[in-house]
Amino acid sequence: MSACIFAISEQLEGTFRKVSFEAVSEGRRLSDGLGLPLVAAVIGSGMEAAAETLGRYGADRILLADRAELADYSTEAYVRILAECIRQEQPSLVLLGATAQGKDLAARLSARIDAPLAMDATGIRQDGEQWVATRPMYGGKIIAEVVLEGNPPIAALRPNAMRIEQKKGEGRMEKIDVDPGTIQVKTVDKTLETGKIELTEADIVVSGGRGMGGADYTVVETLAEALGAAVGASRSAVDEGWRPHADQVGQTGKVVSPNLYVACGISGAIQHLAGMSTSKVIVAVNKDPEAPIFAKADYGVVGDLFEIVPLITEEVKKLRG
Amino acid sequence: MLPGPGARKEKNVDIVVLLKQVPATESLIQVADDGVSIKTEELKWVINPYDEFAVEEALRIREAQGGSVTVLSVGTNKAVEAIRTALAMGADTGVLVNDPAALGKGALATARVLAAAVKQIPFDLVIAGQRAVDADQFQVGPAVAEYLQIPNVSMVIKTELLDGSIRCHRTIEGGTVVVESPLPMLFTTQRGLNEPRYASLPGIMKAKKKPLETKTLADFGLDAGAMEGPTARIRLLSPPAERGGGRIIEGESAAEKAAALVKALHEEAKVI
Repeated sequence: MSACIFAISEQLEGTFRKVSFEAVSEGRRLSDGLGLPLVAAVIGSGMEAAAETLGRYGADRILLADRAELADYSTEAYVRILAECIRQEQPSLVLLGATAQGKDLAARLSARIDAPLAMDATGIRQDGEQWVATRPMYGGKIIAEVVLEGNPPIAALRPNAMRIEQKKGEGRMEKIDVDPGTIQVKTVDKTLETGKIELTEADIVVSGGRGMGGADYTVVETLAEALGAAVGASRSAVDEGWRPHADQVGQTGKVVSPNLYVACGISGAIQHLAGMSTSKVIVAVNKDPEAPIFAKADYGVVGDLFEIVPLITEEVKKLRG
Repeated sequence: MLPGPGARKEKNVDIVVLLKQVPATESLIQVADDGVSIKTEELKWVINPYDEFAVEEALRIREAQGGSVTVLSVGTNKAVEAIRTALAMGADTGVLVNDPAALGKGALATARVLAAAVKQIPFDLVIAGQRAVDADQFQVGPAVAEYLQIPNVSMVIKTELLDGSIRCHRTIEGGTVVVESPLPMLFTTQRGLNEPRYASLPGIMKAKKKPLETKTLADFGLDAGAMEGPTARIRLLSPPAERGGGRIIEGESAAEKAAALVKALHEEAKVI
């Protein structure tokens, strides 16, 4: 018996990742459609105040597992706790964000509870009695519609794909006391880049490719700063050692779906497009008028990026006052 | 990869690498007439790039510590090429599970088969690619760990082998987390973990003589029924929504173009 839609949040250092609100909002929309309550799960330490906020995005009940040992993500502990919650709640559907952590959690959880999983879902809906998810395959070259056969299905949602909506739910907090068990994998250290906008969560991304000609990404970074954007790179730039792997956008890098993607000195190889083609608006700046990217860009500027991009930055600053 | 502090050289580490043969990423992928599969005639098949990192890391650990590297794959006979390439890189043994009943049943079924096969090989460590670049599910690695009842760490960019344990640097959005796990365990790879070596000509010659066993489900006491279970069943494949080109911003000067662009983004596209 399906008693609810179940949305799993994600926190890092006590703050929810943006995708948590996306999962809860999407859960709310689905639960409204089905007349089911929305249950949100929060695991961490010192998360009570933050957990309450999920009520604003539609959570009717908020299950909170709050203990010092749970501050840092642990596959074992989180899977154990969530498997037990799911066993008790009997949800119709489980939602979470397909972040690095979410992918790990969803995969192990699916095996633990024997559940079908749609990873990196850009859409999830009911079709008759079945849950159907839309998800990319082959690095985005193919879009698949998959029927999730089994109970409960898990949809790990692509970050930035679901609209966040404030919609009040009952917001009843319930502290759950599930034993995390023995934790074999221990966190030893963390290195987090504070103040840097995360590529997969950003509303605007400015990327530089082979046309940057070297590791000096100042013009791209300055435009990104003016726009409040994250900075990305093509595979060429990463292979050259100009930018770190974590900045790579593409089939074998990160897939991003921002409102605006500005591609500077990027020719537009299929593999790069696979990483950003679902961006709402694409701008290309390239000195080669034949560059394939212009065929996919909403706006193209032909010219020297080292001349054009700083001028764009100036215009943006003027606009923003 | 160097042995970490406290590592005893010649503490053998037996490693199983999970490998999948996939279409090369530069392939043109087209939906077949049945609407639920892709056309395979013109495809070039390669070792899944993330599994190459896995083979390479296994070889580096063996070079530092001693031990063995077994490459394991579920596939058709064609996958033999991929296993031979891994053997040519330096892996010691190959195992191919070639059984039609094992194919196309989804990630959990594949993981069940792989786990059953791994159990027949003495191992300290299982290394898998974070995902296969065809299915993009990220699911098989952690699922195999679950069925083997061993810890798993995903998306590892650096490893340090210690005495009876391993430190893994895993990537998350905005940073890296270092974790330590006892052995045996399974980790999946992340781009940047290493630079996979090319198979040398001597390596290719040696590979021809290395053991490569072919197995079926029956070898693990499994039948077709064991492959049934929850799955994300493809009911339709489509090309992505065609994204046509927009317009080239014209202007007498670079400054004019920049101004016209920002105006369009603000007033027309409304994204800034």
